[in-house]
Amino acid sequence: MTDFNYDQTLHLKQLLPKDAIDEIDHWMTKYPPERHRPPIIAALKVVQEHHKNYLTEELMQAVAEYLDVPHVAVYEVATFYTMFHLNPVGKYVISVCNNISCSLRGANQVIEHLQSRLNIKLGETTDDGLYTIKTVECMAACGGAPMLEVNKQYHENLTEEKIDQILSDIAAMELSNTHSETEVEE
Amino acid sequence: MGKVHIEIDGQQLEAEVGSMIIEVADKADIYIPRFCYHKKLSVAANCRMCMVDVGNLPKAVPACATPVAEGMVINTKSDKAVEAQKSVMEFLLINHPLDCPVCDQGGECELQDLSVGYGNDVSRYTEGKRVVKDKNLGPLIATDMTRCIHCTRCVRFGQEVVGIREMGATGRGEHMEIGTYIESAVESEVSANIIDLCPVGALTAKPSRFKARAWELRQSSSVAAHDCLGSNVYVHHRRGEIIRVVPRENEAINEVWLSDRDRFSYEALTEGQRLLKPRIKKDGEWQETDWQSALELVAKEMKRIVGGSEGNDFGVLVGNNVTTEESYLAQKMLRGIGCNNIDFRLRRRDYSGDGRGSVRSGFNFPMSQLDTMDATLLIGADLRHEQPLAALRVRKSTGFGKAMAINPFDGEYNFRLTQELQPKPNKLAHEFARVLVAADQLRPDVLSAEAKEWLSGIEANEVHQQMAQNLIDGDSSCILMGVYVQEHPHAEVINWLAESVSAVTGSEWGYMTQGCNAAGNKIAGSVPCQSAAGGKSQSGKNAREMITQGMKGYMLINCEPDVESIWAEAALKNLTSADCVIALTPFSDGRVADYADVMLPIAGCYETSGTYVNVEGKWQSFSAAVAAKGEARPGWKVLRVLANLLEVNGFDYESSQQVIEELREKFEAVGDARIARKVPPPLEEVEESQVTRESLGLYRVDPMVRRAIALQKTPKASTHPISISRVKT
Repeated sequence: MTDFNYDQTLHLKQLLPKDAIDEIDHWMTKYPPERHRPPIIAALKVVQEHHKNYLTEELMQAVAEYLDVPHVAVYEVATFYTMFHLNPVGKYVISVCNNISCSLRGANQVIEHLQSRLNIKLGETTDDGLYTIKTVECMAACGGAPMLEVNKQYHENLTEEKIDQILSDIAAMELSNTHSETEVEE
Repeated sequence: MGKVHIEIDGQQLEAEVGSMIIEVADKADIYIPRFCYHKKLSVAANCRMCMVDVGNLPKAVPACATPVAEGMVINTKSDKAVEAQKSVMEFLLINHPLDCPVCDQGGECELQDLSVGYGNDVSRYTEGKRVVKDKNLGPLIATDMTRCIHCTRCVRFGQEVVGIREMGATGRGEHMEIGTYIESAVESEVSANIIDLCPVGALTAKPSRFKARAWELRQSSSVAAHDCLGSNVYVHHRRGEIIRVVPRENEAINEVWLSDRDRFSYEALTEGQRLLKPRIKKDGEWQETDWQSALELVAKEMKRIVGGSEGNDFGVLVGNNVTTEESYLAQKMLRGIGCNNIDFRLRRRDYSGDGRGSVRSGFNFPMSQLDTMDATLLIGADLRHEQPLAALRVRKSTGFGKAMAINPFDGEYNFRLTQELQPKPNKLAHEFARVLVAADQLRPDVLSAEAKEWLSGIEANEVHQQMAQNLIDGDSSCILMGVYVQEHPHAEVINWLAESVSAVTGSEWGYMTQGCNAAGNKIAGSVPCQSAAGGKSQSGKNAREMITQGMKGYMLINCEPDVESIWAEAALKNLTSADCVIALTPFSDGRVADYADVMLPIAGCYETSGTYVNVEGKWQSFSAAVAAKGEARPGWKVLRVLANLLEVNGFDYESSQQVIEELREKFEAVGDARIARKVPPPLEEVEESQVTRESLGLYRVDPMVRRAIALQKTPKASTHPISISRVKT
């Protein structure tokens, strides 16, 4: 193995809380013990959830060491699946499908509308750290194309009005959150 | 395995059940185009170039992933097949740049060749092509990843053959890229094979990049000179200049692979500082001279020192890539003037077996059997760094068999070990003896009473028992002793132990010898204890005595004892203080220029004809690919003339062929039989400090490798780092 900076690799147990490690261990039990690669996806999901919703090289290396797989195998998985983020993202990740069904039903207009509303480009995050927009591969909702996902919530049959509604709902939620936080502070 | 009958392009063929169409077609010499398929790698079926038309099936199918079936009728050139192949080619060319004129692969590119056969002359695509950032894979491999067609041969090679997965396919769909994890140099010792595997110009050889076009090169067969396997190579050269070295397929030795060391060592000959004329040191200054006066001086000095000391004060040290012919002539010449001080074992500590061992060192079974061993026990063997391609073979065997190791160092393995023991360096023989005890407990009627007596008081634990059991259980098993054993003060005892364990467990045993020609050097008689082909010799001084005790005169044949020897410091001191040091060398740099008094330029590898005898006893002769540089002459010719000047009889050879035939005749008369060792005296304890490994290192094994520029820039060059990492799947 190319353990060019093995010594600097932090152990996953130092990076994650115990319940997260337990969850990864649980996934490892679901596959034959001699097969080390199947739990990579599950492990990365757990790690991402515990790290501000994105992955770093250190984290991916730690996962590779923990599962005893080559570093590049983890990197391959992390770069293949669009649900893994390799850079810091906003609080609300808006994932727009632009595969064939959604494209035929106007995914490009959805993207353009989002870009102009949030004033950012694909793959970017708003300055307030709230929104990230990115395109993703098919999410198995072709029947409701065009579609997008905000964090774990699907929104289908999109129109510009519907997108505006989604954005204002988020804004309203944020506002009430700040209010409640302020109230608590008071 | 059953057989099925199929028809390809009208030809009736018999094929093994389970084989793929493309394998059967290849055997029958029916060509099917392909990019991702490679006979040594798993089937990926991702390039889709090998589409063929199989009767009854509605669509063309990939020949590499379609197993044959009884009565199958296959057409590789029907309209349906050709149409599919052309469509695939069109897809492949969508993103492939049209930069063949500036591509190093141009002229030997599989994509270029096939696009002539299957490509359109005009592209239907006007969209922009994809561009991929190049990766830095280190000093050996140049990348141009925009040209990559994602066949994944390089990825599969790392994963399957080497067991070290450095390359990977990241991203998805149109964003897929081949590269390493983050940006790092590939580090494996066989990494450059991906250059041969790459069907396009995405991965090319950095040292020979842009040096020549494939059609300008001439090709000569030769044998690689840096490990005991004797990998077969082609030397590609143009106008007398070596451009590159590539593997020559030989299933029995290197298969289709080549280690990086064997592939890039040629750079020492083309880029290194070469000695072009004989030189004599006068009053501390080097003066170039002609061969005649240089050789006359050498003969005069040799006569003076040998004659004045009754042969005691002159010694010859023989280097790692000296040919068998040179070695044979050197000892014949030396013994002809009454001196027996000649040795090639510059790193040996234990000479107690001298005069009692076999004529040849190595092992006595075909190398390809390493692939199928049910159990392999490594003793002090760092295969990956000593014989990289042997490690690939042992790795193959671990698919079903067991590999075990007793290595007194943190070894890097590209296969999983079932049992591993890591004794202290001075306890290697002790640890191995415990395996013999365990074997003796399992099969008590093999060892002699004397041997049992030797073992009394030694106890085995479960690990030793399991090791012995594995060796006994296997239909085929072997014990391999590596370079570490040959350097060990207990070498002879360990050898006896290996012999005994093998007798008890029914295993093969042998040495993975150091250098490329240990077997040949020993047969040639370049040892103080025996002359050519195991002939009697009056005893002379061995390498340790010559180096540590100091001599008046030394002759160095293509070696640098101040680097290579275990007693490097003593070597430097004694060479410096010697009256006369005669160096036969292809190179002019290094400390040899400080301590030598005469330097005679000899041809390097690929510049001389010769023979290497590999570890399994195969004699491989080769002729010179290119002429030696300057006034350098092949070593065997230099020694012939020198012997004549010394008035030694029997040096009328006209070709190296005659030399090797003379030796071969002698060798065949005595044969290759092993002489069983006697039970050794009890182990003498040695201090740990006397054994600790001062490994020569992957890229420091001989003067040529040490001067190979690109190899010296690799991460493994300074010393190969012993890391704690292990193979991962």
